[in-house]
Amino acid sequence: MKRTLLALLSITALFTVFACERRGGGTSGDASGPILVGYYGDLSGRTSSFGQSTKNGVEMAADEINKAGGVKGRQIQIITEDDQGEPNKAATVVTKLINQDRVHALLGEVASSNSLAAAPKAQEAKIPMISPSSTNPAVTQVGDYIFRVCFIDPFQGEVMAKFAANNLKAKRAAILYDFNSDYSRGLYQFFKRSFTQLGGAIVSEQSYTQGDRDFSGQLTAIRAANVDVIYVPGYYGEVGVIANQTKQLGIKAPLLGGDGWDAPQLWQLGGAALNGDYISNHYSVDDPSPAIRKFVADYQSRYNILPDALAALGYDSMKVLADAINRADGTDSAKLRDAIAQTKNFPGVTGQITIDGDRNAVKPAVVLKLQDSKFVYETTIYPEGLTPPVGTTSSSSASPAPPATSPAGAN
Amino acid sequence: MDTFVQQLINGLNVGAIYALIALGYTMVYGILRLINFAHGDVYMVGAFTGYFMAVQFGLGAPSLVSLSIVLIGSMMVAALVGMIIERFAYRPVRKYSRMTTLIMAIGVSLLIENLYVATIGAAPRAFPDFLGSQSQVPIRLFGNAAISKAQIIIFLVSVALMLVLQWIVFKTKVGTAMRAVSFNLNSAKLMGINTDAIISLTFAIGSALAAAGGVLTAQYNPNIDPLMGILTGLKAFVAAVLGGIGNIPGAVLGGLLIGAAETFVVGYGSNIGIASTYRDAVAFAILIVVLLVRPSGLLGSTVQEKV
Repeated sequence: MKRTLLALLSITALFTVFACERRGGGTSGDASGPILVGYYGDLSGRTSSFGQSTKNGVEMAADEINKAGGVKGRQIQIITEDDQGEPNKAATVVTKLINQDRVHALLGEVASSNSLAAAPKAQEAKIPMISPSSTNPAVTQVGDYIFRVCFIDPFQGEVMAKFAANNLKAKRAAILYDFNSDYSRGLYQFFKRSFTQLGGAIVSEQSYTQGDRDFSGQLTAIRAANVDVIYVPGYYGEVGVIANQTKQLGIKAPLLGGDGWDAPQLWQLGGAALNGDYISNHYSVDDPSPAIRKFVADYQSRYNILPDALAALGYDSMKVLADAINRADGTDSAKLRDAIAQTKNFPGVTGQITIDGDRNAVKPAVVLKLQDSKFVYETTIYPEGLTPPVGTTSSSSASPAPPATSPAGAN
Repeated sequence: MDTFVQQLINGLNVGAIYALIALGYTMVYGILRLINFAHGDVYMVGAFTGYFMAVQFGLGAPSLVSLSIVLIGSMMVAALVGMIIERFAYRPVRKYSRMTTLIMAIGVSLLIENLYVATIGAAPRAFPDFLGSQSQVPIRLFGNAAISKAQIIIFLVSVALMLVLQWIVFKTKVGTAMRAVSFNLNSAKLMGINTDAIISLTFAIGSALAAAGGVLTAQYNPNIDPLMGILTGLKAFVAAVLGGIGNIPGAVLGGLLIGAAETFVVGYGSNIGIASTYRDAVAFAILIVVLLVRPSGLLGSTVQEKV
């Protein structure tokens, strides 16, 4: 009895502490001192490659800005939190960043499920949040303080559907998606919609759950359906194994994927089994443009590895934020929100970034071929209304194209 | 037809691993009436020991010799881990109620998992591909049905290990002692059997089998992480209960049945509108049905509770 009382008391005490913390919180609009930017990501969980790459990109961008004198004379200070790749932890660490560290802006997350858990906290506190690479459309629909610098899944799914139908001439496709991931489910639906509009048929739909180790049941069912391509919009951990088991079942159809495949560990898990597969991604590390060459060289000399797309997006998210703070002339949250929303043709390493009316970035995607543990540039696919060179932007970027009129596939 | 045969091969392949782990559950239960919940984590320790050995000794290239070295090495390390767990966690509390030992088992399980997460992180790692299966064409049986080298090796090694176990338990003096301890610990002690040593040995054998399961499964699913033992361990436990906990052939049968059931749910479920994610639910639904209909399991015998 005594112990129960003690336990109850300590819990109450804990809550009181939290309550005080919250009341003390809120944004300080002070115009001097460092600009506090909260970065949260998965640094130790199942998708920690994503969080680590993004963090590298964010820190490199912040250092470059600080070396050049900061923004309006103020230095940028990054406060990093690890959410272990779990949505509830993402919400917790973002609450901490907002209430305890009193950050002026937030950068994160990679995985859409985690961004979706954290975004309401940022919106509630009116702290602008830029997700570097969450592609699920729902993320920025949380509210007017939530932005992203990457394209969204309707477009990414459409890109792969177009590539499969137009470039690979695929007629029959199977889909193997991660049942519990907002990202994977989103891509699955958008690929399916676009691919059927382009005249193809989805003949087998299978799912798995993150952490599954055996996919032979699903793959055998897919093999029996006799398909031209298999769309696997998952994350690298499972995809590497899926590629392996696909080959062990003697399936020859190539696997198609999205930016969730982009991690060094993919090659260790899948190796030669990945040869001939394709993914859509945000940028190509082989791009010859001077801006990307400089970014790749700087990143390599700093971290000793090639920057993946997540590192590039992390870098761009920090640069876009700094640009907006500069234009907003400070960190007042409403002004900063408006400045981010007005971002237009910002020259990022992942392409020109324009924020549209839905707070999403409008930009092209690249298709990369997997060969001998490398991503080889294959083609660039532009959204509707955006043609090279980047001119006008349309606000409804990614509505699936009617079959015949797509300008896609241009190199 | 070839799809059915293929699903059967897939299912038995998964089931063979469950069977190897289930053997450890069933042996420990047979002797101590203890559900060793840390057993799934020993399976994980086995896989990681293999991984670290391969990294340490530079055994990355495809080679059957490397696989054998890693397999035997990790079985030995896991046997040691099993004995340490028994000696320092279970033996001191053995004299208390069974509930105490059970809670201890859960504690040990959480300790091992979090120790690994804290030291090496939860990110999945890629187990070396010793069989060269990444760049290999499977052996075609008929129609589309095919079997890969990894699957053949998993089968052969699992069956060999199970036969060795059968031989130890029924043909050797140690095995006789194990059966005696399982029958009645106190009487066995009175007959001059060193029961502590026999219990320790049981943990060693069970843990070694789990480690073999860990290394073998990594040849087919190279993605290993510190929490890989939780679900697999639970399913192996279900397999042991299904077969009749305490019964060695039962554990093997249970493992193969659970593996096959899971694979068929995944393979054919989508035809009748069952998402493949129900595979885990099916394993536990089987557990519930077994407990309701035949609590002693398929091959288990109803033994009178000792007084």
